[in-house]
Amino acid sequence: MIEITDLSVQFGGVRSLDQVTLTFPGGTCGLIGPNGAGKTTLFNVMSGFVTPVSGRVVIDDIDLLDMPDYARARWGVRRTFQTVQAIESLTVYENVLTVHEHAAKGSRSDTQDAVDDVLAFVGLTDVRDKVVRTLSQRDRRFIEVARAIVGAPRIVLFDEPAAGLPEEETEHLAEIIRSVPERTGATAILVDHDMSLVQACCEWTAVLDFGRLVAAGPTADVLHDERVLAAYVGDEEA
Amino acid sequence: MRVGQVLSHRAFQPTLVGALFLFAMFVMPSVLDATWIFNFTQMAIYAIVAASVGMLYGRVGLVSLGQVAPYGIGAWVTIRLAYLTDVPYPGVFPLLLIAGGLVAAIFGLLIGLPALRVSGLYLALVTLLLAVGIEIALNRIKLPTGGPGFRGVAFAIGDREPMPRPFVADGDVAFFRYAVIVAFVMFMIAVAFLASKPGRAWASVSQSEPSALASGINITRYKLLAFGLAAFMAGVAGGLYGAHVQSNSSIAQFDRQAALFLIAVVLMGGITSLWGAVLAAFFATIMLPFLTQNVIGHNFWNDFALTIFGIGLMINLIQTTKAMEKKGLLE
Ligand SMILES: Nc1ncnc2c1ncn2[C@@H]1O[C@H](COP(=O)(O)OP(=O)(O)OP(=O)(O)O)[C@@H](O)[C@H]1O
Ligand SMILES: [Mg+2]
Repeated sequence: MIEITDLSVQFGGVRSLDQVTLTFPGGTCGLIGPNGAGKTTLFNVMSGFVTPVSGRVVIDDIDLLDMPDYARARWGVRRTFQTVQAIESLTVYENVLTVHEHAAKGSRSDTQDAVDDVLAFVGLTDVRDKVVRTLSQRDRRFIEVARAIVGAPRIVLFDEPAAGLPEEETEHLAEIIRSVPERTGATAILVDHDMSLVQACCEWTAVLDFGRLVAAGPTADVLHDERVLAAYVGDEEA
Repeated sequence: MRVGQVLSHRAFQPTLVGALFLFAMFVMPSVLDATWIFNFTQMAIYAIVAASVGMLYGRVGLVSLGQVAPYGIGAWVTIRLAYLTDVPYPGVFPLLLIAGGLVAAIFGLLIGLPALRVSGLYLALVTLLLAVGIEIALNRIKLPTGGPGFRGVAFAIGDREPMPRPFVADGDVAFFRYAVIVAFVMFMIAVAFLASKPGRAWASVSQSEPSALASGINITRYKLLAFGLAAFMAGVAGGLYGAHVQSNSSIAQFDRQAALFLIAVVLMGGITSLWGAVLAAFFATIMLPFLTQNVIGHNFWNDFALTIFGIGLMINLIQTTKAMEKKGLLE
């Protein structure tokens, strides 16, 4: 459970998050909203890249915002990025290893097992020792996912992980994201513009628009909520 | 860091490295005359400094124009200690090199701390100031030449003594081999770092700091480690330089012009692999003296080459800054 209270973020004249109060109940939760709604900003606050003007983000009685940025990954906040950040000059194995050796604890053989295990889980075993520079966008997306879920994360934030993936791959991705809570014990939050992916992965979804919380609840209800439809239609007209 | 892991890493090419090492150790001494042996010794030393600059820039994304500073500090410390101990026993000289490297590394860490608050072009400027600082300092205190007191400077030429060389490498050819071995060891240390946890962290930091943070990497700590290691390497090279030129050490090795020249040849050699450092050292210590002596006049070359290098450097810095901005997620 992730409790967000009165969270506001200001960039110059833009209020990217405006007094957002919201509780993610656990499992895999959806977070949707039109472009510029503040979804990535919320992730950036949790990762420590953005300092909010007010608010709290509490998990297991700990306020995330009190933790230094690099310590958060060690505590268990992990994420993917909207633009893929897999490390070009390293192999697939080294990419995931790098996260594990910094963000998780364990002996050398534990680390090796954990990395190979997660590579098998996302289906990258075949390219394990290839340097990322030589790989396709599709492989990089899955490397990014593997980096976010290796070890023992407590929160996994997926920022548009399906962008640019062909449809048959999206199903494979949905299976992975759906099984993250069970596999790792973490709460996962999925941001995506692909509503069928959100529906396939999330029982519970929150909607942001212009930095405000518009709706939150069971995914099916939220997707039919008039205010949510209005937010999306308004966005298209704008 | 396991030896097997390092030797099998792609940053290390055993066949090429082995071939070059054997060539330098056994072929070159038998075909080169004294002048070229002297130049190639300087090349081995310079390759270490170039590798430290190339590693900082190419692997960690830190532009340092001030690597002449740890180079000069290492030189001063090792030269001073060499006169003090007179290196009469085998095994002492490596300790002096390590001491020079360690003092340079401590200095590198102290400098690194404030330098980390800036990046890109500003880091280049801050580190250039360092080069100016070391030039001023060395101009004042001078490199030791076997005289008395803390500074160990002998003012009358007649009082100067050659800096003692390692016990096992007193002759020029032997010292050439010694320098090649030390350069080889320094390169292997660099590869050992690159092939293990720090190298992976550096790769992550240089590509994207937000992503590195999200992986739990302590960016400050790893940048400092890079500065420290690079300064250690340059410091060791400085000590070798002292023993190489003995009583003829020159501060020109460590001044502003040398600093700009260094980054220019490193960029020309290439920063994506450690081979670039070997190439850079070849440009600086073999090709350049060859050209000045045989092809074009000294003055012409000096003015012309520095202009070209300057332009190349600016272009490269601008491109790097742009690339960094493009990568930054928070811009
Ligand atoms: N670092 C920043 N500096 C200035 N403004 C920012 C910054 N980050 C985000 N914003 C602004 O905050 C608002 C929310 O942006 P955010 O990236 O969180 O949206 P999003 O919901 O992730 O959109 P998308 O679906 O397009 O990714 C936008 O108006 C954006 O321009
Ligand atoms: Mg976004």
